[in-house]
Amino acid sequence: MTDQAGSRTPGRRDFLRAGLALVILPPVQDSLSGRGDLGTVRDPSALGRPLAPTDPAENAAEIQAIELKLACNCGCTLDVFTCRTTDFSCTYSPRLHREVLALREQGLSAQQVLDAFVAKYGEKALMAPKPRGFNLAGYLLPGVAITTAGAALTWLISRRRAVAAAAGPSAAAPEVQASDEELARLQRALDEVDD
Amino acid sequence: MTLLGQFALWAAFLIAVWCAVIAFSGRWQGRPELAATVTRSVYAVFGCLVVASLALWKGLITHDFNIEYVAAYTSRNLPPYYIVSAFWAGQKGSLLFWAVVLSLFASLAQLLTPRRNADLMPYVAGVTSAVAAFFVSVMLFGASPFERLGYTPADGRGLNPQLQNVGMVIHPPMLYLGYISITIPFAFAIAALLSRRLDTGWIHAIRKWTLVSWLFLSIGITLGMWWAYVELGWGGYWAWDPVENASFLPWLTMTAFLHSVMIQEKRGMLKRWNLGLIVGTFLLSIFGTFITRSGVIASVHSFTQSNVGYFFLAFLVVAAVLSFTLLYTRWPLLEADVQLESMLSREAAFLFNNLLLVGIAFSVLWGTLFPILSEAVRGSKITVGPPFFNRVNVPLGLLLLALTGIGPLIAWRKASTANLRRQFVTPVSAGAATLVVLLAAGVRDLYPVMTFTLAGFVAGTVLQEFYRGIRARRRMHGESVPVAFLRLIERNRRRYGGYIVHVGVLIYFVAFAGMAFKVEREATLKPGESVELRSPFGHTYTFTQVGISQYEALNRVVSAATVQVTVDGKPAGLLTSEKRQHVDSFKRPTFEPSTEVGIRSGLREDLYLVFAGAVGGTEEAVYRFNINPLVWWVWFGGFVLAFGGIVTMWPGGGPTIARTRQAQGGYGVALVGAGKETDR
Repeated sequence: MTDQAGSRTPGRRDFLRAGLALVILPPVQDSLSGRGDLGTVRDPSALGRPLAPTDPAENAAEIQAIELKLACNCGCTLDVFTCRTTDFSCTYSPRLHREVLALREQGLSAQQVLDAFVAKYGEKALMAPKPRGFNLAGYLLPGVAITTAGAALTWLISRRRAVAAAAGPSAAAPEVQASDEELARLQRALDEVDD
Repeated sequence: MTLLGQFALWAAFLIAVWCAVIAFSGRWQGRPELAATVTRSVYAVFGCLVVASLALWKGLITHDFNIEYVAAYTSRNLPPYYIVSAFWAGQKGSLLFWAVVLSLFASLAQLLTPRRNADLMPYVAGVTSAVAAFFVSVMLFGASPFERLGYTPADGRGLNPQLQNVGMVIHPPMLYLGYISITIPFAFAIAALLSRRLDTGWIHAIRKWTLVSWLFLSIGITLGMWWAYVELGWGGYWAWDPVENASFLPWLTMTAFLHSVMIQEKRGMLKRWNLGLIVGTFLLSIFGTFITRSGVIASVHSFTQSNVGYFFLAFLVVAAVLSFTLLYTRWPLLEADVQLESMLSREAAFLFNNLLLVGIAFSVLWGTLFPILSEAVRGSKITVGPPFFNRVNVPLGLLLLALTGIGPLIAWRKASTANLRRQFVTPVSAGAATLVVLLAAGVRDLYPVMTFTLAGFVAGTVLQEFYRGIRARRRMHGESVPVAFLRLIERNRRRYGGYIVHVGVLIYFVAFAGMAFKVEREATLKPGESVELRSPFGHTYTFTQVGISQYEALNRVVSAATVQVTVDGKPAGLLTSEKRQHVDSFKRPTFEPSTEVGIRSGLREDLYLVFAGAVGGTEEAVYRFNINPLVWWVWFGGFVLAFGGIVTMWPGGGPTIARTRQAQGGYGVALVGAGKETDR
């Protein structure tokens, strides 16, 4: 089908052919956008806050280790490293991260960086309180409580058993007429079906 | 419809108050004819709350943005399934959801409880109605879902992007079902205390309810972990957040109850403890609600701060005082029938298992409240995060894992040395073999090594139990192994379902330990640039930046950043993480851009990609790459745990009626023999 200008307009067969191709042929993959070139995105505002490239030094294990011990103060309950690599609308954690980097550049050790944060922001800057003073109660009380309760339970049971033993054999316990071997066999059978 | 909804709430409130008053006063005055009225009132409350729920749903579906709740949580372009889930997405709607499910459970309890427990039912109705009246009153006097605005916005704000996830469609209802269903065992416990019918009748009546509650809590917590992992984007699934802790607390005490109740059923022991556990579990569920809704402790999961926290605090205090006072007054009636005969018995193992579970619950509660306590005592704020909880709870968790393997190996009443030796040889060998393999593989981290070793031990225990059961069936009935295996479970679902649950627990522990070896790093990549990460299993993953593409979807503008992945040089597909800018129907942004992580999940490790953003609006993307070992096993462990729970609670397969009567007869004789009186 051609028009007067000689160009061919698509006919019914062309539409059918195109429809068939859509059904039968595998979809052609779009060219991978931006490969090799640094293209720009159409709507940068949809990406949130523009970011600066990360410095490989920021990935240093010791920086990560320090930041995992520092709490972000944006109210997220996360540590600085996790918050700054998760909540990209947070403005606190990137600032705290820069403070960590600055302190490390001054030659401070990891512990000195943590101490500097505590001095500046208070103890809440740490993800967990230092185990000293009143905080020690926080760390030790659960373990102490469980140990004490366990010891008390053991003592109580032992005492009751002693009282019961002193009172003589239980009247409810029937006398069993069986040899030791029979009792052992019974025990083995019970072990197998015991619930 | 809001008028109808509000009217239905008032009707539900008044009927529930009437029902509670009649239920208690009628029982005390000895007027059994009121029982039928009480039951009908329970159904009427349910009917009223269904009407209120339908009214809210109609508002949500028809985009009635004059209703404040509809405008705050939906928009015209919100996908339909999220409009449905918006019902429980906000504070006010979730209160209505809570109330309607509670009234449904209360009705089912009246409908399904066998007639032999009929004398408990008025009290059960009274308690459930009182709780329902409380929840409805919170809506009527503090947070009405039918509150109208002074104007009608053209479109709503839409649902928080983090809640636009399939996990949030099913996770909150599951968790709520767990929380809410705890009310039924609590109501039976209070009914037993009030009626002085403290035999095993109330225990049998609540058995299914406690399992249902535990099952829903388990599924809800696991789905919550999954949602946190796929949606929050911080790379993990459990952060010891106060709201996460609040859901974990009743699960722990309920798990303790499910173990200790067996001792009461079999030996007539721990009656006080079991009642205390049920009451404590209910109070912890209310405490969790208080934490989530009051804003008293900072959490990423909590609802916006509101005054409803005061309602819950007051209710918590009143419920605790009344329940424990009642328990105290019945204390002498709750004497154990027999004493523990030996520290080397399954009863003792269960006791210590209970001690640990309740101890862990205490430790989690203590850590959750410690910042408030510290501020009150010292006047300075502190943060109590994962390092604290891990330090305190990991050793306790490992002890619990050990007891999971030890408990089933010890005989009831008293275990002999020969019996212990015979029982422990295989599991201890399995644990030791695991330890040797780990050390040979060069694993040296203390806690993971201990976890894997104990997991080997527990697996040995469970396998041995199944092996012996199958062997016994083959010997007695001549069955083939598969038939014997299936019949073993079928004939004793509670015991072997419990073992399946133990397998789920050990899978959880192994998966949790895997996260000790996670690898994470940040990188900025231009198209064509690559970064390499080496996994704990020795694979080298290469991530090559492809680019960023943008497109519009129903209610958002999506920026998808894609990397090409190779494993040890072999292509392994593409991984995409997205930034989503949600918009309303007028294309106006509604929230800050959110991040959707890209996950390639495998049996050994997950690749976890987080697209942080772009540099200067170009295709140079900032990423966080995680390799998270064994995460898939967390979800599988949850599945196994839930499957075991379903096997345990599946109807039939329990003791025969004759055996139950025999046991009850023996129990009655013991009571008479001990000179006790019951109120039958």
